[in-house]
Amino acid sequence: MAEEIVQDVKVIVFQLKNEEYAVPVTQVGSIEKMEHITRVPNTENFIKGVINMRGIVTPIVDLRSRLGLEETPADENTRIIIVDLADTSIGLIVDAANDVVDIPVDKIEEAPQVIGAIDIDYIDGVVKLDDRLIILLDLRKVLKFHEIEQIKSIEN
Amino acid sequence: METDQYLDVFIEESKEHLQALNQHLLELEKQPEDLSLVNEIFRSAHTLKGMSATMGYQDLANLTHQMENVLDGIRNHQIKINPDILDVVFEAVDSLEEMVLDIESSGTGKKEVSELVRQLEAIEAGEAVLQTAAAVAEETETNNDTSGIALDEFELAVLRESEEKGYQNFYAKVTLREDCMLKAARVYMVFEVLESLGEIVKSNPDVSQLEDEAFDLSFEVLFVTQQSMDLIKEKILRVSEIDTVSIQDFFVDTYKEVQDTAPETKETPVPENEEKQQETTGEKKAQHNNKTIRVNIERLDILMNLFEELVIDRGRLEQIAEDVKHPELNETVERMARISGDLQSIVLTMRMVSIDQVFNRFPRMVRQLAKDLNKKIDLQIEGAETELDRTVIDEIGDPLVHLIRNSLDHGVETPEVRRKLGKPETGTIKLKAYHSGNHVFINISDDGAGINRKKVTEKAINNGLITKEQASIMTDNQVFGLIMESGFSTADTISDISGRGVGLDVVRNTIESLGGAITIDSEEGKGSTFSIELPLTLSIISVLLVEIQQEKYAVPLSSIIETAIISKSDVMHVHNQAVIDFRGRVVPLVSLKDVFQVPEVNEETDHYSVVIIKKGDKSAGLIVDGFIGQQEIVLKSLGNYLTDIFAISGATILGDGQVALIIDSNALIK
Repeated sequence: MAEEIVQDVKVIVFQLKNEEYAVPVTQVGSIEKMEHITRVPNTENFIKGVINMRGIVTPIVDLRSRLGLEETPADENTRIIIVDLADTSIGLIVDAANDVVDIPVDKIEEAPQVIGAIDIDYIDGVVKLDDRLIILLDLRKVLKFHEIEQIKSIEN
Repeated sequence: METDQYLDVFIEESKEHLQALNQHLLELEKQPEDLSLVNEIFRSAHTLKGMSATMGYQDLANLTHQMENVLDGIRNHQIKINPDILDVVFEAVDSLEEMVLDIESSGTGKKEVSELVRQLEAIEAGEAVLQTAAAVAEETETNNDTSGIALDEFELAVLRESEEKGYQNFYAKVTLREDCMLKAARVYMVFEVLESLGEIVKSNPDVSQLEDEAFDLSFEVLFVTQQSMDLIKEKILRVSEIDTVSIQDFFVDTYKEVQDTAPETKETPVPENEEKQQETTGEKKAQHNNKTIRVNIERLDILMNLFEELVIDRGRLEQIAEDVKHPELNETVERMARISGDLQSIVLTMRMVSIDQVFNRFPRMVRQLAKDLNKKIDLQIEGAETELDRTVIDEIGDPLVHLIRNSLDHGVETPEVRRKLGKPETGTIKLKAYHSGNHVFINISDDGAGINRKKVTEKAINNGLITKEQASIMTDNQVFGLIMESGFSTADTISDISGRGVGLDVVRNTIESLGGAITIDSEEGKGSTFSIELPLTLSIISVLLVEIQQEKYAVPLSSIIETAIISKSDVMHVHNQAVIDFRGRVVPLVSLKDVFQVPEVNEETDHYSVVIIKKGDKSAGLIVDGFIGQQEIVLKSLGNYLTDIFAISGATILGDGQVALIIDSNALIK
């Protein structure tokens, strides 16, 4: 085929404090309503605990807390997005999740460099879609997977 | 040929045969005269060769083939067993094992084996050359061994007569190609060629066996002819699927000489045949008695997982029944609970594997280590049939290896030292497994030097593990326990065997993470015993569910001594540590609320609910807010995202679908 096809990425869009974030649909296992979370002591602040996800004990991360936003009590819009990363299922608490969007790859821009924001390495890019601004997250970095892997490689 | 579907069977059976090889070789090493062992070994090697050739693993087949030749020589008394030969054979078995493992991890099973093959060939030829030295004189072909053919007086007379009449007697060894499909047909064609050129006196194996394809790849013939050697060779090679042909002159006199120098060869064919018959009947019997089937372990795992789900739902049902209080529902739930209880024990026993799976690799390891260390070791294994859940079996191998290495390296002395001490030169390491209650015990004891209490305490004080005061009041067992503390290693010199920077603390951690315990007994000069206590299974355990404020936690029943409710006024303080006097013992108290930073919602009462737990001979009291009850739970891991959480060993799903965390009580006892 001679004509070039602009590739689309299908993403799940969710809300956190009036901002819209997105993760690729391929990484998402399911979206669940809020349920009882069993607290796991002596873990990082953003880890809220574990839930029983169809027989699998699944850790839950509060994304607001992880991204440095203030935590809010759950309401009827609160959702848990179950993502699958490296054979591990992890739940992300978000304010709301209700949108699946196709993003053309060529519309993804690099995250704007903000002075003094060196710690933020988990943004994969931003997309302007009509009048919406969607922030694409790098889940591995959000969940500090690289740190876990680093620790593991040191241990070995 | 489509072989994929047979691959699993092939790997499984190859492993069994390799295990049998190892085992019998070790026995053979102890009793070199026992030819029935050689036969066993030969049979395993032979089957392995057949299987690997069928599956197309050429290197595997080549190596086994050559090994088989050597074994054949041994059992026909052409090769005398000595440690050097056994070493090479052991090495060959190791290589075979590597190849099979490679195949299992979807490799090609290829390995450079030519050096080993050459060594084996040298062994095979070494003796063969000696025996047929005269006959081989001008021949450079391989395998000039004519003694495979046993001749009776009549055949000798025929050969002698033909010699006198100016005919030539030739001995030919024909090898078919490995991929030859119609072996009997090729043999027939070769025979036809030979018959047209001369007369066949004798073949090995005999004609009927050849027709039944009851031979490997090569066969030997003695024949009388007037044609030249080269012509015959050329004609035989024209038959397709022939790999090699070696022909040499055959002289009756030389044959007789060889026979005289090796008189036993004449006798071998008879007992050998008998043995073969016994073997085959034995095998048939075994097949009749065998009422087991092979089940893929994955299927058992799936069964177990499904059953775990059932256990969770059973818990939920029991809870509902309790709330509803409907007599018929209660009765049904009770019945279901009983049946699922039976089912549980069946599913669990199905997954039980004998610990032999772990033990069986130790004789080889000990043999090698003893050699490397120049020590003489007798490894005695008891209770290898003891059964454990597969999950435990998978984990226990490494710690045991470590402990055995430790005993060999630091425990048992060198033969010289032992002789001076008046001990037998050969040290003994005993490995013993047995069941007791809901636990399995594994003891590793040696009759070596034992542990030097003074040395251990000195080192522990130097390393800052204990103070001098503590050292003086510690019991022997406590002192010996120190060698399993992290940051402790008693070896004066670092060795390859056990001083690799990984101490016994790793062993202890592994065993404790399995819910087990390890203790050390030792008497200086007499030896040491490491005792490991392990739970039978890791997947379903009994726990006491407790409440801390509004959170629920599970404490494994195996570590609980008892529970108690004590008044707050009974709590005393020693060095800022809350303790209670419990049945005459001072037991430190640990507040789980503080350890787990549980948010406080309930108001305080004037009583503490305490779970007394133990670890070895130490104990502690865990303060909780209430006991919910005893329950069978399914152990679930927290996954690899949440790792190393202090004092939490896993999670479980309760009847109401919520997750409860399981407390690792070992971590709470200092």
